[in-house]
Parts: sequence; C-alpha cells; structure tokens
Amino acid sequence: MSDIPNDLRYTRTHEWLRSLPNGQVEVGITHHAQGALGDLVFVDVPQAGRKVSAGEACAVVESVKAASDIYSPVDGIIVAGNQAIAGAPELVNTDPYKAGWLMRIETKANGAAAGLLSADEYAKMLADESH
Amino acid sequence: MPFIPHTPQDIAEMLQVIGVRSVSELFEEIPAELLAGPLTGVPLALSEIEISRLMSDRAAIDGRPLNFIGGGAYEHHIPAPVWAIATRGEFYSAYTPYQAEASQGTLQLIYEYQSMLSELTGMEVSNASLYDGASALAEACLMAVRANRSSLSRRILVPRTVNPLYLQVARSIVGNQGVTLVTLDYDRASGRMLAESLQQFTGQDVTALVVQQPNFFGVLEEVDELTDWAHANKALLIGVVNPLSLALLKPPGLWGGPASGNQGADIVCGEGQPLGVPLASGGPYFGFMTTRMQYVRQMPGRIVGRTLDAEGRPGFTLTLQAREQHIRRGKATSNICTNQGLTVTAATIYMSLMGAAGLERVAAACMQRSAQLLKALTAIRGVKTTFTGPRFHEVVLSLDRPAAAVLEELARRGILGGLDLSQHYPELKSALLVCATETKNDADIARYGQALAEVLGAASAKAGAA
Amino acid sequence: MNATTSSVTRKAAREPVIFEISKPGREAPTQFPPLARGPDAGAPALPAHLRRQARPAMPSVSELQAVRHFTRLSQLNFSIDTHFYPLGSCTMKYNPKACNSLAMLPEFLNRHPLAPASASQGFLACMFELQEMLREITGMHGVSLTPMAGAQGEFAGVAMIRAYHRARGDEGRNEIIVPEAAHGTNPATAAMCGCVVREIPCDSNGDVDIEALRAAAGPKTAGIMLTNPSTLGVFERKIVTVEKIVHAAGGLLYYDGANLNAILGKVRPGDMGFDVIHMNLHKTFSTPHGGGGPGSGAVGVGERLLPYLPIPVVGRDGERYRWLDERDRPKSIGRLSAFMGNAGVNMRAYIYMRMLGRDGMVRVAEFAALNANYMMRRLTAEGFDAAYGMRRASHEFIITLKRQHRQYNISAMDVAKRLLDYGMHAPTTYFPLLVPECLLIEPTETEAKEDLDRFCDAMSEILREMAETPEMVSKAPHTMPVRRLDDVRAAKLLDLVWKPAAARAGE
Repeated sequence: MSDIPNDLRYTRTHEWLRSLPNGQVEVGITHHAQGALGDLVFVDVPQAGRKVSAGEACAVVESVKAASDIYSPVDGIIVAGNQAIAGAPELVNTDPYKAGWLMRIETKANGAAAGLLSADEYAKMLADESH
Repeated sequence: MPFIPHTPQDIAEMLQVIGVRSVSELFEEIPAELLAGPLTGVPLALSEIEISRLMSDRAAIDGRPLNFIGGGAYEHHIPAPVWAIATRGEFYSAYTPYQAEASQGTLQLIYEYQSMLSELTGMEVSNASLYDGASALAEACLMAVRANRSSLSRRILVPRTVNPLYLQVARSIVGNQGVTLVTLDYDRASGRMLAESLQQFTGQDVTALVVQQPNFFGVLEEVDELTDWAHANKALLIGVVNPLSLALLKPPGLWGGPASGNQGADIVCGEGQPLGVPLASGGPYFGFMTTRMQYVRQMPGRIVGRTLDAEGRPGFTLTLQAREQHIRRGKATSNICTNQGLTVTAATIYMSLMGAAGLERVAAACMQRSAQLLKALTAIRGVKTTFTGPRFHEVVLSLDRPAAAVLEELARRGILGGLDLSQHYPELKSALLVCATETKNDADIARYGQALAEVLGAASAKAGAA
Repeated sequence: MNATTSSVTRKAAREPVIFEISKPGREAPTQFPPLARGPDAGAPALPAHLRRQARPAMPSVSELQAVRHFTRLSQLNFSIDTHFYPLGSCTMKYNPKACNSLAMLPEFLNRHPLAPASASQGFLACMFELQEMLREITGMHGVSLTPMAGAQGEFAGVAMIRAYHRARGDEGRNEIIVPEAAHGTNPATAAMCGCVVREIPCDSNGDVDIEALRAAAGPKTAGIMLTNPSTLGVFERKIVTVEKIVHAAGGLLYYDGANLNAILGKVRPGDMGFDVIHMNLHKTFSTPHGGGGPGSGAVGVGERLLPYLPIPVVGRDGERYRWLDERDRPKSIGRLSAFMGNAGVNMRAYIYMRMLGRDGMVRVAEFAALNANYMMRRLTAEGFDAAYGMRRASHEFIITLKRQHRQYNISAMDVAKRLLDYGMHAPTTYFPLLVPECLLIEPTETEAKEDLDRFCDAMSEILREMAETPEMVSKAPHTMPVRRLDDVRAAKLLDLVWKPAAARAGE
C-alpha cells in the first residue's frame, strides 16, 4: 500500500505539495511515483530563479528504465532546488516526502491552487488506476 | 529456394499444426483487392555464380583510378586484420547489444572505442558513434541548443571553411527545429575563417560556434583564439576534426589560449572514416562525438558503461538509455536508434593496431606526401597555391582555367585529380582541392605531375592553335 | 544444459580491456607507412601552438595481441551466424556471405564518393537498379537511397510531408497521428521535424480505432505514421478506411517499413494508399546488423512528394547514369549524409535482391508468415498466451507472460535471460509497451523447422522451471560470460572510459 501523508496535497501527475510557514510551497514526487519509476539514477534539479506556471514541466527524474517530467503544481518562481538529491538521487526513493523534496516555489496561489487533490482523493485515484 | 530451408514435408507438417491448407491462407486478412500481382520490374533470381560475374563486370567498369580526391573521405592503408575480424559473423551478424549478457564482445569493444576517442580528442566522454561526420555535426548543433542553457537565440555560427556538404546536411536536419545556422566568411589570403566576421556577434546571444580543424581547405584554423572568443561570449565551441590528424594536432580538449586556461572545446565531432574504414562510395562510415561529462545527458546516441554483475565481476552494458527514443519518445535527445557498430568495430581494431606511434606515423606520412604533391604540381606553369595558411594533408590549387575540364581530361588518363571547388566556392573560380595520403608513392606523384603538365600544356597549345 | 557452470570457466572467458594488455614500447610496425628521409623529404613544420604536446594514451600491442583480443571479444557475442535470434521487429535473417564479399570487391571499396560519374558507371548502375527494384516492390514513384538508417528515413519522410504542406501554404498542419503501439522513433522523429504527435488507441483486435481516428483527423493533421502489419504483429484490416479518412482530412500517409518483410511481394504500400515509405534495408533486405548498425533507410514516395526526395538520387540519361542533386531537384528537403548514405549497405541489399529475384521476394513473406504462425500455434499449445491469438500472425507475434508473472512472479525479462542459457537469443521484450510482460517473436523465413521446434521446446522447459525451480529462471542467465548486470550502478557511477584508477576501484 502506498504511503500518502494526510498533511500534503497532490496532483494527478503524482507530485505532492507542502505549504511552508513562510508562504512558499515545497514539491516532490509521491511514494507511489518513485515506486513506479524504480531506483532513480539521476535528477535534473530545477534551477532557482526560474518562473513556472502550473502544469509546466520543470524537472526530470530518471531511472534506468524510465524518465519522467515533473510538473509544477502552481504558478510561481522556483526559489530553491534540492541540491542534496543531485548527488544522491536515491533519497527520492528512500524518503520521498522529506529529504527527497525537489524544489521550493514562491507562489501567490498557496492556499487556493486549483485542481489539487487531498490525500483521500489521491488514494482513490490510485485505486481507480490499478483497475 | 534461395535461403529458405523448408522441405515439402516441413511445409505440410507446419500447415497442419496451424490448421490451414495452404500458405496463401495465412494472408487472408489482407483485403483481396490490395493483393499484388507479379513484380515484373524485378529481374529473375541469379545464382551466386551469376551474381559474382555481374558484380565483377560492374567493378571492372569503374576500375581503380589513381585517386587524389579528399574533401572529407580519405584513402588510407587498412591493415589486413581490421576487416578480417570485423566481418567475423559474431560481429557482422549480431544486433544491438540489448541483451548485455549475450553481447559482451560488442559492448566491451564499444567501451574501448569510447575510451580511445575520448583520449584522441582530449575530451571526457564519447558516445558509441553516430551515422557520419555530417549528421554528427547536425546532432552537435541540436545538442548545443540543449546544453547551452544561458542562450535562448538558437543561433549557431558556422564558418564557410566548414565542409559545405556538412553545412547542407546540418541545415536539412536542424531547420525544422527553429535553429539558425549563420555562415561566416573566410580570409581569401590565408584560407582561414575570417576572425573579424565574429566581431558583429561579440556580446550577443550566440548558442555555439563551429570550428573545423583542419578546415575544408586543408588549412589549420587559429583554434585557440576562436575557442576563447566563444567562451567569452557564453557560446559553446563545437570542434569538427579529422581524428587521424589528432595524432599530431592539439586535441580539442586543450583548445583555447593559456591565458584563459585552455578551456577546450565543448562538443567534438567528425568523420571516423580515416580510422580503418574504406572509401566505399561514401559509406558506411561513422560519425563520432565526444564532450565534457557535464553535458553527457544532452549527448545523443548510445553509450556503453562498465559495471558489475550479480557476482561482483566487471561487465559492460548500455547505459543512460533514458535519453533515448525507445524510452523518452517525443522528448528524446534524438530519434537515432543505431550507431554504426560495424565500422566502429573496424576503427577500434585499427586504432589498437596502430597505437599512438602508428597514427602519428600515418599523419606525418600524409603531410609529407601532400607537401611533395604540392611541390610537384606547383612546378607546372599555370598552377599556384591558393592559400598561405599552414596545412595538414590537403591543399587548394588555383589553375589558369576551369577545373572541371582539366579533371575530366585527367580522369580519362586514370587519375582522379581532386575536387572542383567552383560549385561551393564560385568566387575561387578555378580552384582544385587535392589530397595525398600515405598510400601514394613517388611514382604516383610523378605520374600525376606529368599528366597535369600534359593536360595543361596540351590545352594551351590547342588554345594557341585556335 | 548445465546451469551451474563454475565461475572458474567464466573467469577464463573474461577478456581484459585492451588497455590492460597494452605495454609501452610494443608496436605492430609492419602496419606503419615508411617516412621519406633526407633534407628534401620533410613537410613544413606545424606551428607550435597548434601541435599536440603529449602522445595520446592509445593501446600499444603487437599484431597478434590485437587479433587475439578482438577475436576473443567476438566469441562473447550471440549472432545470427551462431545462434537463433528471433528478435521481434528486427528481422534477424541470414546475411548471405556473397553480399559481403561482392560488395567488398576492391574497385567498390576504393571508389571515392566524389569520383566523377564518368568513372563510376558500374557503381551507379547498381544503385539505379536498386532504386528501380525498391520502387516496384513498394508501388512508389521514386526512391532515394541516402537516409543512413530507418530513423533517418523516418525523418526524411516526415520532413517531406511538412515540406509538401508548406509549399501549398498550409503552414498549420503540424500534427502527426500515430497508433499508441507505435515505435518510439515515431514520436521522436515527429519532434525533430517540429511536429507534435497525437496518439490514437487500437481496438481489442489490434486494429486502429476508426472512431478515434475520425475524431483526430482534421485541418491540423500533417499525416499519419503507420506500420502495417502493426507492431502488434497483425495486418491492419481497415487500412482502406484509414486511407480515406486521412486523405479526406488533407493529411498524408506514412508507411513505417519496419515490418515490410511480412508483406514483401504480397501487397504494396503504394497500392494501400501510402504517400511515403521508409524501408529498413538491414531488415527486409538482409544487410548486416553489425552489432547495431550501419543500417540503411531508403525512402520511397508517391507522385505528390517526388520533388521533395532527399538528394542525391541516381538518374539515367540514355545509357549513362548520373547524380541528381539540388540543381535537378530544387524543392528537395536536402542532404542527409555528406555523400550518398551508406552506399556499401545499399550494395549488399542490391546483391541480395538480385539473388532472391522476382519470385524470391514473395517467398520471403510467405515463409516468414509460415514460421511465425507455426510458432504461435506451438507455443499456445505448450501453455503460453498469445496476445492476439484470434488473429493471423504476420511475420511476428506476441506472447504475453502476464499470467505467469502473476502466478510465479517471473517476468518477461527473466524468461529472456533464461533463453540465453538455452543457446537462443531472446525475443524483443517490453515492446510494444501496451502489452504487459510481452515477448515479440520474429523467427524470419531463413530458420528451419527444427530450430523453431528447439525454441518452442526450450520455452516449454522454462515454463516447467517456473513452477519447479523458479530461481533457475529469475536468476538467469547462468552460463553467459557475465551474470545479470547492475544497470543502476552503471547509470549512477558512469564508468564510460577506461581509467586505470577507476578500474582498480571497481575490482
């Protein structure tokens, strides 16, 4: 069973999103996504300063059998990429919701980003997909 | 039946297992109105005896003229072991090493090839090869657009001293992706690219600058200055090189002046044919590409890596495949699937047999023979050297009349006297690009000199009589 | 089958990297050209700042050491000459030896690509006749031999489609429709031509979903790329309807020739309504795969695309052959290779086609289909599931191991690796992507019934192993020069060039 923390919100493309106290959001990929990709061998960590809109591809995660785009869940500006995972992509596999975060985004849409799923809704989506 | 082993009994048994009465029943899903009639445009089958005779006759028509054409494909001696081994069925009739455990021979060979090409070009990594030198340049341009993230212009500067056929190929391939190739002129005296033509781009957004060394005229470019200019303007430097010349010439990985720390080229590509691959009418050759480690994920084509097996012993496998079309599909670095495995096999054997000392000797012998040829030909009235820049093994000669007719007359005497440059460089008028490699001896060069003197002399006598 | 070959045997099979054999000062001097001596002999010295300062670290070995090393490497490979090689969608058939030896006649090997046509009539005659035979077989109006591989042929095809629409001022057509089972090169090629791909589904019988196609085709449609028989190993029965829909929408039809072997001489792409086709001469016309190339991706076109063919092509004026280039074909999409593509590969295809002859062509399709359908029946009788068992197989077919995967936790990859232990190359695995745990099996027409039976027997044996000794399968191969390789390590540590230090760290 996939690990889906209740305090995060999710996208249909398997990113998670955490609201930080300073108003920024932190983004990563879900436990389910890392499992589907397998052992990650490379992460193209997003560059700080880049302006992104919701749904725009802004990073790539790569395993030996797949490469997958990561889409920004919100409009905003990337303020940090997680440099730790550039040298140790396995962190995304072992700790996808904490040490394996991908980027932080400064956004105005923090509380109200449209189309995001709750943990329950994401869990239901996964259950539907596996049919 | 040619190449089909089935006996009538086999066929009967197989049809019975399938549950049909005839082979044609197997095609019943094809709409009947689409079925083809007999292929009258295809001749009837030939036995091996008959086809051997036909091909020998065709070969005899072309004969074996004495060749002084270069222009991107060079006649070199190929040691006997090279193709004797490359055409062993285990190399010749194997496929892409997707099943690594059953393809360690091909994989290890490619790893050795990558090591040798990286060493020769002075770069950190190599791919397993591309189709040919021209398409490798096209791929290098596309790679530069991906790799140079500080540039948004997709504008690449290409001097006219780059092989004009390469420029044409690059245009056909990159044109659909919004990449602009801007040509730069050359210096009519030295035959080098015109350094001043860069000035108008100084401080502007340029994605990459292409430099060919030796250039299409056989002249050596001032690669250090050009590399430094590129880097000072945040452009990548794409080097197009003849790998054989690198036995004597500074490797692209060290281009750039000492003041700027010999930063080196960023992407190096070129035609691998001089390394043990026959002229063979233009292919199959192979394009090579090497680069810095930081750009490896932007490099197109296959790459082999060394790893360990389940018992901890070293072995080889295709790696970084997530860049490639079978995984990345529409977002792949290129649509390329194959490398040129067979010719890479030949080149790896060639480089191993020659070693650094042998490659150096071949390169030096080419320089000697072309200097000797130049001396013999410019001794003839009406023949002059066009450019003053230092040379490797090719040289442009100016004739006192259009080259085309002279070349036809030489061909009638069994000599391919060089390449008429008027189509690509009309401003050079009657210019001829000639090449001599280590395959030429004193007698060959004397024969060319004598024939050219005759052709020019005879023609001027004719002109005088008229 | 001895699956417990000791690691001692395998260690003996390991061949050192050539740099490990190398020793400074050792040479193969008979291969070195003599240098002229004397005061007059030298070339002018190279300027110091353009000269190499230190010799590159290339191997230093004797001729015998080089010969032995590369011969031993060759022996670590599976190949058609040594093993049954039923790699689906790759057409691994026998490469006749005469094709190689005759293409390597010294006159052909020494012909310079820029030699004038007057000194090349023998070569040009072969290329012209090859163009004509390919034209006849495909039902097209013109052929260019210059694309150097299937992927470049695809590029040429889509680029011609774009050029055609542009020339009519129809700039907005940038969508290429492909069925979801398409080969990965199709979307990659479309992207290289500045197009986007629209995928449409197939129905449960493996045919294109016609309603989905109707919905997708429209004023943005540049064309459709189809393989027929499809990558699912079945003939597209609705091809006539597909042709009508796409042409009515203003798009063109592109035929991906990957599977031409299946219909050679039976049905011609031109007669099916295709406007452009690429052929893989290294598949259908049996030129060598060479460990992954060189290929040759000749393209054929119908009347509408004739002006856009890539140059050069060979033309005939009376009795003389000559190159047609941009002066003859000003609307051409241009050059794709410096000279005229992989001429030596084309020469091998020419020789092969002359040996097959008119009647041999259709026999290729017939016996390829006979072999594939026979194997499909035998394997289903042994207890395997064919993905499209209700259909006729073309020259290849798909076995899905979905059931076995669930029951024994054995994957298609495991079975592929185990087949190597039985002395057979694995079929293509995990392609097409939409069939789970699949093996795409293409025996080709040149394999004898006994070899097909041996493969089916091995598969049956492996099925038994899944139940009785699953580790035999899940840990395979056991008898190859190496065991399963660590792909994750390869991609993370990136050891791509030889360095003595790196080697020490790795061993």
